[in-house]
Amino acid sequence: MLRFILTRVSLVVPTFIGITLLVFVLIRLIPGDPIETMAGERGIDPVRHEQMRKEYGFDQPVLVQYGYYLARLVRGDLGRSIVTHEPVISEFTTLFPATVELGVCAMLFALCFGLPAGIVAAVRRNSIFDHGVMGVALTGYSMPIFWWGLLLILLFSVQLGLTPVSGRIAVQYFIEPVTGFLLIDTIIAGDWGAFRSALSHLILPMIVLGTVPLAVIARMTRSAMLEVLGEDYIRTARAKGLPTFRVIAIHALRNALIPVVTVIGLQVGVLFTGAILTETIFSWPGVGKWLIEGINRRDYPVLQGGTLMIGAIVMIVNLLVDVAYGLINPRIRHTR
Amino acid sequence: MTSKALEASTAAAHTGTPPHPLAEFWSDFTANAGAVAGLFVIVALILSALFADLIAPHSPVLTNNQVFLKPPFWQEGGSLNFPLGTDAIGRDILSRLIHGARLSLLIGIAVVTLSVAAGTILGLVAGFFRGVTDITIMRLMDITLTLPSLLLAIVIVAILGPGLMNAMLAVAIVLLPHYVRIVRAAVITEVSKDYVTAAKVAGAGPLRLMFKEVLPNCVAPLIVQATLGISTAILDAAALGFLGLGAQPPLPEWGTMLADAREFVLRAWWVVTLPGIAIFVTVLAFNLLGDGLRDALDPKLKR
Repeated sequence: MLRFILTRVSLVVPTFIGITLLVFVLIRLIPGDPIETMAGERGIDPVRHEQMRKEYGFDQPVLVQYGYYLARLVRGDLGRSIVTHEPVISEFTTLFPATVELGVCAMLFALCFGLPAGIVAAVRRNSIFDHGVMGVALTGYSMPIFWWGLLLILLFSVQLGLTPVSGRIAVQYFIEPVTGFLLIDTIIAGDWGAFRSALSHLILPMIVLGTVPLAVIARMTRSAMLEVLGEDYIRTARAKGLPTFRVIAIHALRNALIPVVTVIGLQVGVLFTGAILTETIFSWPGVGKWLIEGINRRDYPVLQGGTLMIGAIVMIVNLLVDVAYGLINPRIRHTR
Repeated sequence: MTSKALEASTAAAHTGTPPHPLAEFWSDFTANAGAVAGLFVIVALILSALFADLIAPHSPVLTNNQVFLKPPFWQEGGSLNFPLGTDAIGRDILSRLIHGARLSLLIGIAVVTLSVAAGTILGLVAGFFRGVTDITIMRLMDITLTLPSLLLAIVIVAILGPGLMNAMLAVAIVLLPHYVRIVRAAVITEVSKDYVTAAKVAGAGPLRLMFKEVLPNCVAPLIVQATLGISTAILDAAALGFLGLGAQPPLPEWGTMLADAREFVLRAWWVVTLPGIAIFVTVLAFNLLGDGLRDALDPKLKR
C-alpha cells in the first residue's frame, strides 16, 4: 500500500515542477519589459528602472532567476499584486473560501439530482424517464454556462424578482469571518437574516456551476449502473428473492459508485473552469473573478500565483482521489 | 465530415461481409434520431455560413443610429425589417448571428484540425518510440490536463495577447492531450498485432508503419473525439470571447456578442438570449452528431 502511494506521489512531482516552469516562463514570455509592465502607463525613470531590475533579479541568468523563484515559492512567497501591492498568497487565501463554498454547494446540488436521476434512468432503461434524463443531461452538457447564468438572472432576478443579481450577501450584513464560509459563519453568528441573504445569493450561482457536473454525473451513474446490473451476482441476488430495492440500492449501487467517485474527483478542474465564468457573471468574490480582474488589469503576479495555486490544488485533489480509490478498491492497487 | 466518416467506417469494419460497411454505418447512424437531427442543424449552419452575404438582410458591422435596441418583430415596437431586433448600437442581430455562424464553424473546424494533426503526430511518436520521448510527451500532456482548461487558455492568451487567432491557438493547445492520448493508446495496442509484425518483416520503414499501417486503425475513435472536440472548441472560444479575451468587437462572434449584451440584461432580453441560443444549438448539434458517430463507428458498443 505504501508503495502504491509513493508511486502515485512520485508521478505528481514532475507535473508540479512543470507547472512552476510554465508559470515562471509566463511572465517572461509576455511581450515587453516586465518592469515597464509593472510600472504601467505612468512610466518609470531609468535609475529606478535599473534598481528594480536588480531587485527582481532580472539582471541574472534565467536559470538563476528560476532558482530564486523556487526559493521564494518554498517560503510561500508568490510575489505582490501590481495593483493592490498586497501579497498574492494572502489575497488568494482570503478569496478562496468563497470559491470553495460555491464549488462544494454546486457539487452537492449536482450529486443530489445527478445520482438518483442516473440510477432511475438505468433501472428503467429505455423508458420515457430514461430518455428524458439523458436529454436533459445532454442539454446541460452542451450549455454555455455563461449564457445559462444570464438566462437565470433574466428569469429569477429580473422577471420574478426572487433572487439578488450579484454578490455574496446583502450589504447591510457584516459577518465576522470565522471559517470564511458565509453559510457557516452566519449560523455561528446566529444571524438568520444574514443566513437567508447568503443562501439567496448562493442559489443561482450554485445551479449554474453545478449544471455541467450534474450532466456528467447523471450520464456516468447511468452507464455504470447498466454495466453492474448486467452482472451475474445481481441475477443471483434477484434469484434469491431479495426485494428489488435491496438489490439496486445495496448490491448494484455499491459497485456502480466506484467509477462515479473517480469522475467526481476529476470534476475539480471542471469546477474551476466553471467558477471563473460563474463568478464573473454573478460578481461572486472568489478566485475566479479575481483572476479575470487580474488579467484585465495586466496584474501578472496575480495571474502567475493564482494559476500555480489552482494547478497545485487540482493536482492534490486528483492525487487524493487516486489514493482513496486504491484504498477502497484493491483491484486498482495491485495492478500497475 | 461525411466523407471522412465514410472512410473511417471502411477502416473500422474491414471484414467485407455483407452488408457493405458504408451501408451498415449509414443504417446504424440514421437509426439514431438525435444524431440525424444534429446533422441537419450542422448542414443548415454550414449553408448559412457559406451564403451569409446573400441571406443576411443587413451588414453585420454597420451601425444604424435610428434603431437602437429595437425588439424582435413579434414584440411591440419591432419590425420585420429587423426580424430579431437590433443591438445597442443599431446593428441587426439576425445578420450578426448568421455571420457569427461563419466564425464559429471556422473556429471549431480550424481548432480541431490543428489539434488533431499535432495530436496525431505526437501520439504516433510517443506510441512508437516509447522510452524518454514517450515520457516527455506524456508528462507535458499531463501538465496541460492538470490545469483547468479555461485557466490554461487564459494563461496562453495572456502570453500571446487577446484576439481571435490567439484564442483559437489557445483552445487547440487545451484540446491537444485528448488526441495525443487516444492515438498513443491505439498505437500501443496495434503495434503488438500480427499485421504490424508482418509489415515490419516485409521491410516497411517506421514512417510507413506509422501512417500506412497503424494510423488507419486508430481513425474511428479519432473521428468521434474530433466531432465532440468541435463543440468544445466552439464553447471554449465563445467563453474566451465572453471574457473579452477572444474575438474582439466589432467581430460578430457569438460569445463576444454576449459580452457586449451583458449590461443590457435588464432592459433588452433579446440581445442576451439570441446569441446564447446560437451557441447552445450549435454545440448541442455537434454533441449529438458525435454521440451518433460513436455508436455507429465503435463496434464494441454495438449490440
